[in-house]
Amino acid sequence: MNLFSLFGKKTFPKGIHPEGFKEETHDHQARRLPFPTQVILPLSQNIGKPAASIVHVGQQVQRGELIAKADGFMSVPLHSSVTGTVKKIDLVPNARGGKEQAIFIDTALSSTQSLLAHTPVDFEKMSRKEIIQAVQNTGMVGLGGASFPTHVKMNIPDDCNIHTILINGCECEPFLTTDHRIMLEQVEYLIRGIRIAMKSVDAPKAIIGVEDNKINVLEAIKKHLPDDGSISIEAVVTKYPQGAEKMLVYSLLGEEIPSGKLPSSIGVAIFNVATLAAIGELLPLKQALIERIVTITGDDLNKPGNYLVPLGTPLSHILEHAEFTGNEAELILGGPMMGMPAGFLNTPVKKGTGAVLVLDKRATKRDDILPCIKCSQCLQACPINLNPSELGMLAAKRQYDVMEEKYHLNDCFDCGCCSYVCPSNIPLVQYFRIAKTLNRERHMMESH
Amino acid sequence: MANQPKIDIRTSPYIRKAPTVAEIMRNVVYALLPLAAYAIYQFGISALALMIVTVLSCISTEHLFCKLSDKKTTIGDASAIITGLLLAMTLPPGFPLWMGAVAGFVAIAMGKTLFGGLGFNVFNPALVGRAFIQAAFPVSITTWTPALATDRFIEFIPSTLALPFMKPVATAEWTAQVSIDGFSGATPLALMKFQGIMSDSMDLFLGLTAGSTGETSSLLILICGAYLVYKNMLDWRIPAAVIFGTALSAECLYLLDPTKYPTAGFMVFSGGLMFAAVFMASDMVASPVTPKGIFVFGLLVGFLTVIIRLFGGLTEAVMYAILFGNAATPLIESYTQPRIYGGK
Repeated sequence: MNLFSLFGKKTFPKGIHPEGFKEETHDHQARRLPFPTQVILPLSQNIGKPAASIVHVGQQVQRGELIAKADGFMSVPLHSSVTGTVKKIDLVPNARGGKEQAIFIDTALSSTQSLLAHTPVDFEKMSRKEIIQAVQNTGMVGLGGASFPTHVKMNIPDDCNIHTILINGCECEPFLTTDHRIMLEQVEYLIRGIRIAMKSVDAPKAIIGVEDNKINVLEAIKKHLPDDGSISIEAVVTKYPQGAEKMLVYSLLGEEIPSGKLPSSIGVAIFNVATLAAIGELLPLKQALIERIVTITGDDLNKPGNYLVPLGTPLSHILEHAEFTGNEAELILGGPMMGMPAGFLNTPVKKGTGAVLVLDKRATKRDDILPCIKCSQCLQACPINLNPSELGMLAAKRQYDVMEEKYHLNDCFDCGCCSYVCPSNIPLVQYFRIAKTLNRERHMMESH
Repeated sequence: MANQPKIDIRTSPYIRKAPTVAEIMRNVVYALLPLAAYAIYQFGISALALMIVTVLSCISTEHLFCKLSDKKTTIGDASAIITGLLLAMTLPPGFPLWMGAVAGFVAIAMGKTLFGGLGFNVFNPALVGRAFIQAAFPVSITTWTPALATDRFIEFIPSTLALPFMKPVATAEWTAQVSIDGFSGATPLALMKFQGIMSDSMDLFLGLTAGSTGETSSLLILICGAYLVYKNMLDWRIPAAVIFGTALSAECLYLLDPTKYPTAGFMVFSGGLMFAAVFMASDMVASPVTPKGIFVFGLLVGFLTVIIRLFGGLTEAVMYAILFGNAATPLIESYTQPRIYGGK
């Protein structure tokens, strides 16, 4: 039982309250960013297998045309975001520090950039299987940042019965307002997307969870909810990481997802608002995901705001149009708590990129790492109830196996609350990421 | 974009909001200052001199050991000042200064730097120092002088200026001379233990009794502790658990035999219990971090305090109770790891 709900506030225990900075962009209606002269479309836009290219250098492609097909079920197709010419298929740096294959397309400057048209379909007449296939055809991945293929999420195992889908409109990361704008501007798409998702997993009920700092969203959406009560909207407390799956399930349903299990194990499926709004818009028209709303915000920008950005747009183009005036900054794809750093100006916007955050003076720069004084602030912040203090000391001793076996390292989902509150400035979550990666590698070695 | 910007690379999170360790330590010092001022008001320049000596001794010892081990000096984090102040507060106001210097040296040298400095100490360093001198100078550490002596701001208590390695100066004559209302030289705990006299709980609460330099007024201690709790720099659960543990254990015994055992109120407000609960047991480094562990730790310290006070040979028991609790901390933690979200 969720104790907090007794007081009328839906939330989860612990977590942190970072300053939001959302007022800088939350009133900025999404505007279309001008097309860049070249888009860079990495074949890997999702968790799972990268798409397989079907174009050759010099080929003319139209906006919305398939350029790489899904390579199996754990993969999604990729479509061109501009009308133009395939310039090359080459490596581009990715956010993980490596390089990956990408299709470079030069934009045809004289083109009207009209979309490739298809015959519309009626999803109400489609079967579950057909919907899942249609979702895969849109190339959809979780737009909240996880980039998990949406059709895979919809493909619930037969022994699981989904009673509720949760639609995540929390947007708990500071600075970000894309989901906020989508919930205001694309309500009809969103409701349609929710109905498609409900049909895909055969769920009778849907709950939209929105943080209570977005009251205008509640009013906007309530008007559009169907009369049968199958879809409802609930306010949850504004707190980080409210938008994490595990937290939202607890806040809205008062249940916990068992450690190591998927939400479907307790009859729940969770989708991001941006994902479902995009499905609601694209699926009936048989179109594909080629652009998305991105919050461009942070320090030293004259024109921060929400922009409709073609996939593959390089950061240099974005900084130019948002009028970046600084000469030193951190470029972050996503929010300040969990976003990925971009090291190059030609890094492209991908399907999972919800924000481009430019941080300079508001970034916390401390490089002194002091010993843990066991103040227990991290234990009071960790939403999963881990013991980051102990985990941090084990990480410093490189006892990665103990961290996993005794201290539940694998339940950590990198929210970063522990690092945020640490007075000794210990890079706790950073240690845990390294530990998890090394453990995965070790397990792979052992199994071979 | 005028020119190519310089791009910095880090991994998330990019923002943080936490006081630095030095800020926390500084605030603890601020919280101790009113207690120090009250002690000086009560006991005069002797108390002031004692504090200065222990603080200087702690700081210079830490600096010395950092130099010896070729490390950057760590005195900037202000934790040595806390140790020095805590130490002075737990000593009798007329404690010979040279012994105070020895106590400070032992506290930092054996209680802290030998373990690796701040963050690695197993025990509360101030209590290590006090435990050492309790064994080394048993007479001086139990020689109490009255508060509010007339000439306290111009005259040292005779024992304060004892020469190093000399036998402690007798203060009985001086005490008899300055005290107005027949000061017995015994603390409320000693009165209770050896003479069966109970002090009034209200007097204890306000600090109108004999005792160590900084631990006599429970009220002031609570106010200073509340400041730290408000600043989120003191975990209120630790003092609360210690006080609860003490009250619970004392009350059980009192109910068994009210003629023989003191009330819970007396136990909580007498001696250094309140000071120790708020400022000593709550030493972050040497106390558990797990929520259940904090509770167990507090109960243990409270229980041991009552047991040692009533059945042990000493009256000031809370020091040993906390040292014991510090030693038990790793064990307590290993049995009280929190249940994780979605865990069994």
